[in-house]
Amino acid sequence: MADAEEPEKKRRRIEDLTEKMAVDGGHRDSGCDWDGRWNHVRKFLERPGPFTHPDFEPSTESLQFLLETCKILVIGAGGLGCELLKNLALSGFRLIHVVDMDTIDVSNLNRQFLFRPKDVGRPKAEVAADFINSRIPGCKVVPHFKKIQDFDESFYRQFHIIVCGLDSIIARRWMNGMLISLLSYEDGVLDPSSIIPLIDGGTEGFKGNARVILPGMTACIDCTLELYPPQINFPMCTIASMPRLPEHCIEYARILQWPKEKPFGDTSLDGDNPEHIQWVFDRAQERAAEFNITGVTYRLTQGVVKRIIPAVASTNAVIAAACATEVFKIATSAYIPLNNYLVFNDVDGLYTYTFEAERKENCSACSQVPQDLQFPPSAKLQEVLEYLTENASLQMKSPAITTTLEGKNKTLYLQSVKSIEERTRPNLCKTLKELGLSDGQELAVADVTTPQTVLFKLNFTA
Amino acid sequence: MAATKASKEQKYDRQLRLWGDHGQETLENAHVCLINATATGTEILKNLVLPGIGAFTIVDGHTVSGEDKRNVFALTLALMLQNRAQAATELLQELNSDVSGNFVEESPDKLLDNDPEFFHRFTIVIGVQLPESTCLRLGSVLWSASVPFLVCKTYGLIGYMRLAVQEHTVIESHPDNALEDLRLDQPFGEFKNHIQSYDLDSMDKKDHSHTPWIIIVAKYLEKWLSEHNGQPPKNYKDKEAFRQLIREGILKNENGVPEDEENFEEAIKNVNTALNPTKVPSAVEDLFNSEQCKNITSQTPDFWVMLRAVKEFVHNEGNGSLPVRGTIPDMIADSQKFINLQNPPESISEKDIKLFCKNASFLRVVRCRSLTEEYSVDSVNKDEITSCMDSPDSEMVFYLMLRAVDRFYQQHSRYPGVYNYQVEEDISKLKLCVNGLLQEYSLNVNIKDDYIHEFCRYGAAEPHTVAAFLGGSAAQEAIKIISHQFVPFSNTFIYNAMSQTSATLQL
Repeated sequence: MADAEEPEKKRRRIEDLTEKMAVDGGHRDSGCDWDGRWNHVRKFLERPGPFTHPDFEPSTESLQFLLETCKILVIGAGGLGCELLKNLALSGFRLIHVVDMDTIDVSNLNRQFLFRPKDVGRPKAEVAADFINSRIPGCKVVPHFKKIQDFDESFYRQFHIIVCGLDSIIARRWMNGMLISLLSYEDGVLDPSSIIPLIDGGTEGFKGNARVILPGMTACIDCTLELYPPQINFPMCTIASMPRLPEHCIEYARILQWPKEKPFGDTSLDGDNPEHIQWVFDRAQERAAEFNITGVTYRLTQGVVKRIIPAVASTNAVIAAACATEVFKIATSAYIPLNNYLVFNDVDGLYTYTFEAERKENCSACSQVPQDLQFPPSAKLQEVLEYLTENASLQMKSPAITTTLEGKNKTLYLQSVKSIEERTRPNLCKTLKELGLSDGQELAVADVTTPQTVLFKLNFTA
Repeated sequence: MAATKASKEQKYDRQLRLWGDHGQETLENAHVCLINATATGTEILKNLVLPGIGAFTIVDGHTVSGEDKRNVFALTLALMLQNRAQAATELLQELNSDVSGNFVEESPDKLLDNDPEFFHRFTIVIGVQLPESTCLRLGSVLWSASVPFLVCKTYGLIGYMRLAVQEHTVIESHPDNALEDLRLDQPFGEFKNHIQSYDLDSMDKKDHSHTPWIIIVAKYLEKWLSEHNGQPPKNYKDKEAFRQLIREGILKNENGVPEDEENFEEAIKNVNTALNPTKVPSAVEDLFNSEQCKNITSQTPDFWVMLRAVKEFVHNEGNGSLPVRGTIPDMIADSQKFINLQNPPESISEKDIKLFCKNASFLRVVRCRSLTEEYSVDSVNKDEITSCMDSPDSEMVFYLMLRAVDRFYQQHSRYPGVYNYQVEEDISKLKLCVNGLLQEYSLNVNIKDDYIHEFCRYGAAEPHTVAAFLGGSAAQEAIKIISHQFVPFSNTFIYNAMSQTSATLQL
């Protein structure tokens, strides 16, 4: 039976021992590799086999490449990130960077196992790196408590492979766009050495997916935007007149009652404010009672308002494992990598589906084909804006549209800076003709979903 | 006490949204046994400790090897404790202070020799990297004791799981695409009256656009029935016509342009599902006709007692339909009053009945064959094996290779290809095992030499990423068994990390 030592004391004892072992073994890369440490990896690097990648050559040097040279970037140190760091470190990768802009919350502890209750409030990237570095001798994880947008090409260019465990489609698209911007073409031919493979994993409850993206060569995130499930929005007539589910009652309180009654003045509803959630919860319960609906709880209320996605350790473990396997395959050419999309669901038994997502010929992110905008000259700029946000293949969030008129750069509309938004707002009601735009005009559109502007070509229709 | 409860609610918040407080309670009352704290074993257990199972016991007679030490959990304590079970226990406990961990420094074979009833106390036993003989012995003991047994193995780039449970009932299966229980083809008394109270033709514009879509579908269905001899829209053509009928009901402005009526759009969108005929799902009919449902005794588990009551309801007050699920709230209360239980056991509460009725359309029962049946020459599932092997890409070949490798171990007391110099020479030895296996079971299938070579190449390696994949998969299956929520697989799962594919086989 384990002794009754306090967790903190025990943890420190474990770390002291690891250090001692590392020092004794010589704290140098090869020095801390005791006998048998990498046996399970060696078998796949040093032995020929019938199913290996055509490029694979058994060699004792491949292991050294993993241990000393191969540089991996892990994006996200949350549910997937923790698992990824552990998997990579235990598979021989030592030069790892991890980026995460968040701090640790109590609700992370049911699955983000590199964190302990005492770590709540600290940056995820830093705590994760500390844990791995202190427990896995030789591993050097470098943390970055930053947003991915805080880095430019020079940062991303240094990595051999990038693996994402993100919780936002916008961030994924940004990362996707960044790697595409690193591609170099010579006479229209893609230079393969400019490709940085992107392995992307995502989970939600008991569902998950893992995909391998070779920017410029295989389907990218934007090529398959339609695959991402739309957010659940209940029809207004149901919410307003005939609720059947507790969620309908909560949405009623959130969407209709809050703006009308303004319970806390002009403040908008804050999902992290318990008083706000309590108010919504009370109103939702009243409505539920009116309609004989059961199931309105504080927890459900918070979940609906904050759009909380349920999460467990197991799904994250599975998807991160699949992603790490692909990192290993690509780094070592041991096997042909996943081509290119894996879907997983263990609600009913265990279900996986593997398929090849296809590139979109005119993908706005990776096709290099200028995007077509078809509008009559009498169309208002507002319509163009709506198209950019509502079109299923574009799904921009708050596009900023600029163009060149009479040799000068002109901002047609920009939302993210208040003064510019006010100044350019009247343009929305003007027609394209009134704005001085001509057929074939190029519009440059910037948006949070991409680090580079997307070029559109205006095509006047009758 | 209150403080700990609140912080547990916070910590487990994300998973409570999946299985609820009652599901969490079953986890916290569970005692899981893990045999062999290998990379796979510790990964599985980690994914059970994190969500807060009550207790675990690791049974492992091995000392920590150089290979084990690369496992982060065995790693650091290995210096002070050469015992793998103890090392793993301490590190796993660190992950969640709510969980209590124990270890037994003994091989499972020894325990089976001296104290087989040791295993009876567990909610589930998970056996990892077990040799065939141990696996079968243990399987037999657990089967007789009705203790669920989950066998897991990581072998090179292949993951394997086998569930052995006699009968596992699931009330809350949480199907992904549960259709609403609208019953528009058999409107309930009160609902019928409710529909009557709406008169679309005489409504003002505002009320017209706010009429709930269900009422719209119900109203237009009435119209359709009166025009079609009481026959509801059946095929695609009918349904298209029905949709058009509703579409024509959208108000038009003075220029004849249809208004923006979201409720009508919603009605049109939902025509297909709204018109689903109300009937008892065939899976539930099968359950009604099963032995356990027909022969209720004082020993019968609650699940079957309640099922029998529902069956009686369907054949009497229900007029051929299950109790209303309660999607339309006014309809919930009454039907459940009609569930009559003959001498209801004290263990069944009204709450239980309500939950059962709400889920009556989605009940599931999983039954697995025993390991003995799988391995016996008389009852081996030849059909499943040969039909799968007809497809060139089937994962079944890996199942057969794992069985062959087990044979190899039995004959040579080691696995093939562990050391480099063994790889080549073991290929022919393994091939003999493969042929022996196929012959013994009279399996007329062909296994390409490539697979035999590959399995020698694996050298019984347990790569971490494959162990981790299995770790997540197995842990969730264990949670399903413990909580009786969501549906476990049955009965064999194979994961191929080379192609990132998987299959579930019935063996």
